[in-house]
Amino acid sequence: MDKDQVLGFLKKNTMIIVLIIVVAFFSWRTGGAILLPMNVSNLISQNAYVFILATGMLLCILTGGNIDLSVGSVVCFVGAVGAILMVNHNVPIWIAIIVMIVIGTAIGAFQGFWIAFVRIPPFIVTLAGMLAFRGLSNVVLNGLTISIKDKTGFVNLFGGGADCYIHDFFGNGSLNLTCLLGGIVATAVFVLLEVSGRIKRSKKNYELENFAGFLGKLIVISLVIIVFSYKLAQHKGVPTVLIWVMVVVLVYGYITNNTTVGRYFYAVGGNEKATKLSGINTNKVYFLAYTNMGFLAALAGMVTIARLTSAQPTYGQNYEMDAIGSCFIGGASAYGGIGTVPGVIVGAVLMGVINLGMSLMGVDANLQKVVKGIVLLAAVIFDVVSKRGGKMIAKN
Amino acid sequence: MAKILLEMKNITKTFPGVKALDNVNLQVEEGEIHALVGENGAGKSTLMSVLSGIYPYGTYEGDIMYNSEVCKFNDIKDSEAKGIVIIHQELALIPYMTIAENMFLGNERGTKFKINWNETSELARKYLDTVGLKDGTQTLIKDIGVGKQQLVEIAKALSKNAKLLILDEPTSSLNETDSKALLDLLIKLKKEQNLTSIIISHKLNEISYVADKITVIRDGSTIETLTKGVDDFSEPRIIKGMVGRELSDRFPKREHHVGDEVMMEVKNWNVYHPLYNERKIVNNVSINVKKGEVLGISGLMGAGRTELAMSIFGKSYGENISGQLFINGQEVHLNTVSEAIKHKLAYVTEDRKGNGLILSNPIKINTTLANLDAVSKNKIIDKDKEYAVAVDYKNKLKTKATTVEQNVGNLSGGNQQKVLLAKWMFADPDILILDEPSRGIDVGAKYEIYCIINQLVADGKSVIMISSELPEVLGMCDRVYVMNEGRIVGELDGKDATQEKIMTYILQSSGNKEVKNG
Repeated sequence: MDKDQVLGFLKKNTMIIVLIIVVAFFSWRTGGAILLPMNVSNLISQNAYVFILATGMLLCILTGGNIDLSVGSVVCFVGAVGAILMVNHNVPIWIAIIVMIVIGTAIGAFQGFWIAFVRIPPFIVTLAGMLAFRGLSNVVLNGLTISIKDKTGFVNLFGGGADCYIHDFFGNGSLNLTCLLGGIVATAVFVLLEVSGRIKRSKKNYELENFAGFLGKLIVISLVIIVFSYKLAQHKGVPTVLIWVMVVVLVYGYITNNTTVGRYFYAVGGNEKATKLSGINTNKVYFLAYTNMGFLAALAGMVTIARLTSAQPTYGQNYEMDAIGSCFIGGASAYGGIGTVPGVIVGAVLMGVINLGMSLMGVDANLQKVVKGIVLLAAVIFDVVSKRGGKMIAKN
Repeated sequence: MAKILLEMKNITKTFPGVKALDNVNLQVEEGEIHALVGENGAGKSTLMSVLSGIYPYGTYEGDIMYNSEVCKFNDIKDSEAKGIVIIHQELALIPYMTIAENMFLGNERGTKFKINWNETSELARKYLDTVGLKDGTQTLIKDIGVGKQQLVEIAKALSKNAKLLILDEPTSSLNETDSKALLDLLIKLKKEQNLTSIIISHKLNEISYVADKITVIRDGSTIETLTKGVDDFSEPRIIKGMVGRELSDRFPKREHHVGDEVMMEVKNWNVYHPLYNERKIVNNVSINVKKGEVLGISGLMGAGRTELAMSIFGKSYGENISGQLFINGQEVHLNTVSEAIKHKLAYVTEDRKGNGLILSNPIKINTTLANLDAVSKNKIIDKDKEYAVAVDYKNKLKTKATTVEQNVGNLSGGNQQKVLLAKWMFADPDILILDEPSRGIDVGAKYEIYCIINQLVADGKSVIMISSELPEVLGMCDRVYVMNEGRIVGELDGKDATQEKIMTYILQSSGNKEVKNG
């Protein structure tokens, strides 16, 4: 490999490399505690909402660096309504779920309408939403906490609490074989898809990435999946919430990468005028981004109350910031048009690892915020400066 | 002979792939009004940007002598400090600030920590009086008309102690009365304050009226300087200087494929400005294009050609659009771009970076954007097919790029233009409107673009080519419409068309007939 290739590799995989360094750092400082099965499992359960919200936020950001500030409040509001329905009105769980999804999506569509068709700046619309739905959550809950501990069906479905794991069908207790098997199957499917795709491309004489790189990527990702599932298997198995996260990541990863609609998000962020003149209804693209954000906020709301087995007027605070931060750390461009779901997930994991690592080290919670702020700023500075060809100061 | 205030010696300025200025020489005497004329793209504005420091010292070759000393301007502040002030065609005033605030923007009176508003108003008043503007200094810019805004610009320049004023098409957006007033003001300032001005304009009648000397620029070089009283100042004489170049074989051989069927016809088309609803941009235009025809629409920038094309293309420009549109003899109503594309119409923009391409995306994604459905099934993109399509067009159009995965932002202008053409050819249109298809690209790439156009009409498509370059229109078109100030002012058969005829149509129809040679 010559110098350019090395630089290209570093640039393309910066955040993954940073993630590895950060994990190595924390496993050194915590005496390996961060890699304990329990902590790996917790990393997923604790940050499930970030993965879900960040995926939705990515679509908004893709359209031109637009953010949704209201998601934290919407998470809280949707959760509050769901808890009230289930606890105070004894509504069946599945109806409560449908209502929550509908409310979340409707809120998204409401905000999306103003943003997309009336062209009110997203910052303003979602700031208003952030205030309004925080207030409404308080109103709905009367300022109280509602416990949903005894709604075990709901709690188990959306994961989080002590026993919210996928049942081990072959288990003997110590190692969750279902989980491990799932990991192995996932690895096999992944390898199969990659290899068959490469064969197909080479048959048609398309351009291929070099073989060493391809093999390296294959081995590294396979190893990560296997080790990850082994860690989970050592600690009760797959948290149910992980299934939801995986579904969201896979579905949205597919949409952004392979569908025409997905392509439109990138196109609008890349050059809205050119997109319009290509016959694409850009208003609809904005509308879709924010409606979808509402939908995913509802899902995150369910995950949140299931994890915390209650609804409270303060839930969801700063969730929007976690989601936005993950996107930018994960390589989404602050100007739109650039960013991927896998990238955002790496960003979210990085944030989660930093949180967890610092907590394990006993770093003061306030200092943790300082560190997270610095990481976010550094990531975006890196992005902007590297795009300018390494020049730090913009031309006046 | 008066003192020579400014001398630009052997100025050469190259942009990647294009030599915009080639050994330009310009001499301006103190207290004269010096006009620069030339076609679009001849290099007038580039020359003025060099003079005012927008292109800093070192990015061009040659010397600028001002007051007999060599100038090395790094930015516009440096040139302004010497009293060289440029007023751009697009006014640089901030609508929601007052006249006084605008005049002293970046040049505030008082100290850094406390603006002296009294002094600001007082000085503003003084300079407004000089230019004869009676409005109050506290009036917001948005509340006065364009003519008055132009006067504010001049007052602003005077407030910077301007010795040499450069005006880039100052009257292009003004009506006759305002234009006359502006030109008279320049003459008055010349007489009273010995102010020197350089004026760039396409309106030759105005130039003969106001200028003491005229320098003609063509293809980046100075052709001649005419002096009032010595040389012939008539319009035909100036036009001859502007266009008098030979047509060499810069164009591929053409076969004529024009059929009898009318592919598209526009009747009594009117379009109004999207913001200023009373401004008519396209005025009762009727045109038609036949199958297999290359139809040229010639005219100066701002003639309304782009606006006409975009308003036809799914109403992507303008308000209150009226008129009839026929495609293949059927009347159609195209309200959105996607309807226009469905009716096999394509508009290839003049602004490929701003309106045409997604620079941060690779060639393949740009190629398919206007017709994604053709490479997808149930809204799922077949990436292999997309790749194949992009490679196919890359080979067909000879786009120079290592792979179709390359971002278009990294391509040269000519290759970007090819990607843009590929995008619209892939949309499979019958009628292509090409807006300035060869703008800003080098001669070799131009030739290739012309070959593509010939291939398109040979395949039975119709091409409407909007172009400000007269040789290109003459070299490529079967028929030419001349457009000026929103109207079609002439129609010429390709065989009969000459540069002089087209220019004459434009200049004779230009608004300011009242301003006669002085």
